Amino acid sequence: MSELLRDLPGRSLSEKEFEEGKILFNFDELHGNFAWDTGVAVGSYLAGLKRGVILGAHCTTCRKTVVPPRMVCEWCYRPMNEIVVLQDTGTVNTFSICYVTWDVQRIQEAEIPAVIEIDGASPLHGIMHLLGEVDADKVHIGMRVKAVWKPADERQGAITDICYFKPIEEV
Amino acid sequence: MGMRKVAVIGAGMTRFVRRALETPKELAWQAAHQALQSCELTMDDIEAVCLGTAPDSFDGLHMNGEYLSDGAGGWQKPYMRSYVGGGTGVFVPIQGWYHIASGLFDVVLVVAEEKMSSFYPHAQAAFLTIFDHTTERPLKPNLLWIFALEMNRYMTTYGISKADIARVSVQHKRNAAGHPAALLGDSQITVEDVLKSEVLAWPVQRYDVSPVSDGAVAIIMAAEHVARRITDKPVWIEGVGWSLDTAHWTNRDLAYPRYVESAARMAYEMAGIKEPKKEIHIAEPYDPFDYKALHHLEGLQLAERGEAVQLYIDGTAARDGNMPVCPSGGLLGVGNPIAAAGLMKIAELFWQLRGEAGERQVPGHPRRGLAQAWGDLMQVGTVVIMGR
Repeated sequence: MSELLRDLPGRSLSEKEFEEGKILFNFDELHGNFAWDTGVAVGSYLAGLKRGVILGAHCTTCRKTVVPPRMVCEWCYRPMNEIVVLQDTGTVNTFSICYVTWDVQRIQEAEIPAVIEIDGASPLHGIMHLLGEVDADKVHIGMRVKAVWKPADERQGAITDICYFKPIEEV
Repeated sequence: MGMRKVAVIGAGMTRFVRRALETPKELAWQAAHQALQSCELTMDDIEAVCLGTAPDSFDGLHMNGEYLSDGAGGWQKPYMRSYVGGGTGVFVPIQGWYHIASGLFDVVLVVAEEKMSSFYPHAQAAFLTIFDHTTERPLKPNLLWIFALEMNRYMTTYGISKADIARVSVQHKRNAAGHPAALLGDSQITVEDVLKSEVLAWPVQRYDVSPVSDGAVAIIMAAEHVARRITDKPVWIEGVGWSLDTAHWTNRDLAYPRYVESAARMAYEMAGIKEPKKEIHIAEPYDPFDYKALHHLEGLQLAERGEAVQLYIDGTAARDGNMPVCPSGGLLGVGNPIAAAGLMKIAELFWQLRGEAGERQVPGHPRRGLAQAWGDLMQVGTVVIMGR
């Protein structure tokens, strides 16, 4: 703000003004329904999850293995036509201990979202998922984890076919 | 490259508030009106209008740019909205810059507006749709996750404590105490207050985050021959840069913003800057979260990797330090009406470099400043360097 400008526009509303009915507003809800086609690359990823494996894609030019798989290598813009089977184990790249939902409701039992570097993919290449069967204060970056799958007959070809990742017992 | 020199010649803004009485159109007009008045121009002098505003989902309107056009001054003029997520506020002046640098227009109005409070009950829910609908959204992610995940990776990689990161929030909120438009200026806040605030998604706590806000900012940009007629204190656009990283954010180094580096290098090359640490006198990195200011200072080559926090510890980043960081108060202090927050940083550099920043004035007649914003799926960097 410049010291030369004196009158500052923009008026802040208070909770009280709403409670007293001084402010008029129009409330509405918008709904949209979508059916997203999974496509070629993610379609194969989901089919893999249904079979209980995590798939990635390999670029022979860049020698990179990415996850989830995709059709084109972002680095060289050549087709990424080699689908590879990765492990269902990995390393915690980072994590959070979260006490709010997506619409900012408070939750008592914290969720532990994490980025998990999947074994078999290139370094720092991972997926976002949740951690489970672990105390929040025991989680650390670098922790080894393994996917906990839904029973085969309950899998639908979705990222939620993996319930969560749990720590691998360190021997 | 045959580009014309471009100056900022006027600026205006509304208060940044949690919930504004005014509609988005009204906010846009208030800021634009004030910017025009500040350089004594009228709409007749404006040849083209650039609007920046963030996701349509905040307003619940498709084609929001067109809807806002009357408030933004777009009637009967070449008018276009640009949108690169949180990076929009520093991208929209780049759009204004190339309109003029190319020789197409001489005087352009640049407006950035955001009204986040309409989304009910909390604007954060509007961000759910930035996640991939098939591979991520079934996990019910929230926006805080990606910041918390990135913050944890950053602080763990370099061994930076939460208490040191909190210094950023404290300094920015204290700086904002001198800003008449600020939402969260607080001259008394301490590191303990930040560390004691509610844990939302560890390591992110309440005071690590900038507030949901409503507000608008506008600037007037002009070609050299016009700028010199209108003001004896034009502030020149010396360099611009922008860059995008992969949308597959879990396939990327989360501890270092490579996209900010490439945007900064583009801007430094244009501005002829070889040693950014010495040649940038004021930095306004994007600070929606306290760790982000540090992350961005490193991407901008204004600190070594993992060492940006030292600027806050040794006083370099203070208003009277060698390189003041966010003397405006930043998003943490002034507020974060997304697109408007980025353009607020451009307006702050304009006022600082002209010596008009009042209580917030950086001493020593600074000659050059840098503003940066960031956004989309943690992947876009936008940079503008301004000098007098």
